[in-house]
Amino acid sequence: MSTSRSSQAPPALDVEAVRKDFPIFETGVAYLDSANTAQRPRQVVQAMVEYFTTYNANILRAAYGLSETATARFEAAREKVRAFLNAGSTREIVFTRGTTESINLVAYAWGRQHVRTGDLLVCTVMEHHSNLVPWQILAGERGARLEFVDIDDHGRLRQDQFQRLLEQGPRLVAFNQVSNTLGTVNPYREMTAAAKAAGATVLIDGAQGAPHLGFDVREVGCDFYAFSGHKMCGPTGIGVLWGRRELLESMPPFLSGGEMIKAVFLDHTDYADLPHKFEAGTQAIAEAIGLGAAIDYLEGIGLDAIRAHEAEITEYAYEALSEIEGLRIFGPPPGPDRLGVLSFDLEGVHPHDVATILDRHGVCVRSGHNCTMPLLQRLDVPATTRASSYLYTTRDEIDRLVAALHDVKRIFTR
Amino acid sequence: MADDQFYREFILDHYRNPRNFGRLEGPDISHEEYNPLCGDLVGMDFRIEDGMIADVRFHGRGCAISQASASLMTERLKGMRLEDARKISKDDVLNELGIEISPARLKCALLSLKVLKVGAYGLANVDEEEFE
Repeated sequence: MSTSRSSQAPPALDVEAVRKDFPIFETGVAYLDSANTAQRPRQVVQAMVEYFTTYNANILRAAYGLSETATARFEAAREKVRAFLNAGSTREIVFTRGTTESINLVAYAWGRQHVRTGDLLVCTVMEHHSNLVPWQILAGERGARLEFVDIDDHGRLRQDQFQRLLEQGPRLVAFNQVSNTLGTVNPYREMTAAAKAAGATVLIDGAQGAPHLGFDVREVGCDFYAFSGHKMCGPTGIGVLWGRRELLESMPPFLSGGEMIKAVFLDHTDYADLPHKFEAGTQAIAEAIGLGAAIDYLEGIGLDAIRAHEAEITEYAYEALSEIEGLRIFGPPPGPDRLGVLSFDLEGVHPHDVATILDRHGVCVRSGHNCTMPLLQRLDVPATTRASSYLYTTRDEIDRLVAALHDVKRIFTR
Repeated sequence: MADDQFYREFILDHYRNPRNFGRLEGPDISHEEYNPLCGDLVGMDFRIEDGMIADVRFHGRGCAISQASASLMTERLKGMRLEDARKISKDDVLNELGIEISPARLKCALLSLKVLKVGAYGLANVDEEEFE
């Protein structure tokens, strides 16, 4: 599966030029934890500083110029998100604190309205906890059944099992575009089409997909799509829920209070129009503007160029890691259905010990369960070490990782 | 170099050859704790005779620091009076390990202390800050 819309090779990405946009690299760290949170370029930081220092005011509720500017920039960020997702309207773009809140919004507002006793909800074993726990709670509350699509030996979803679950007519199908532990790019177009044909509502968790592949909501045809700003060079504390307008219109509010109302009386409230109905309370204004700047930044470089660079780095890293004796990589081999998330096990050494020694070499990786405990139970490992790359990752950083892993082995086998 | 200081020989020795590893049959006290950050597990079984820890075994899985710390803890506890075991402090555990522990790894080092305190005295009777 490729996101390239033409057969021409994308323009090459100049990684050294890209790295100059990221002040953090002046510290000399090898940063291989972008699946956890990405680094921020100056352009994003500057957009936020500009808000704080030149037009800082609350949005939507004041009649002076500063507030009008802030409102205009906040809404301009929403338009950038709309264009990024190719959504039909900015009314379908709801700002949230992140993917977790986006999914919870759907689980509470849509789920409690539509899910009934005996309904089937379909999820997968490779989900991040944020796309699993809300459905577990919902299923428990409503007396619904929650079933999980398993993975095969290469870390790909078992489509045969998925088809059998679809035959039972699920109310909801929820899965990730890309696994944050395995790096697997799921066949989300095909899975969405099949789930829609079976009558299900489809939610896709794009936390790991949006930063690398982008997403076209109209082309894919799902019902909800959720992602976070901070994994795509934007700030923390801002994320997006895209939902089909008619679904969002029919859903009750999630959080309530200020900003989400048209008029309040002592005995009832008229809610604001979309998307503000779902944006209660003072919004993360600087963060939304920062997310808009991050989208501008990534699109300026080009998602195709970023994807091509990552594919090259992933192949390089996969080969280099594979040569280390006793090291086992989880997930599919390099190819169109795998991104640069490399989770691995080093025989005889716990991932925390690996990460501690790597840290002393200036190499930052994730160690632990990656918020995918059921997947790790399925893989029968208590934790993994995970090295993940992005547009700014270099071969030199991979070489430093490999050298540090040899030191881990030296310490633990001496 | 620094890592050899951190992963000192006796820590790796306790990790590779844990002392008092396993389960007791019919223990008087048995308790497990997870480190929620990483999923490390340590459990301990105690046999108590006349207020004294007559026997102790630990089980679990996790990093070298959490497992070596648990192994060292069982050696210290065997034959100790339960009321004296209660006085074992965070500093005692860290001094015994004898290495600089970063904030991120402190919970690993202190997991076995938490198992002892919560298991033997109950969560309501211990100060949780001791394990953080």
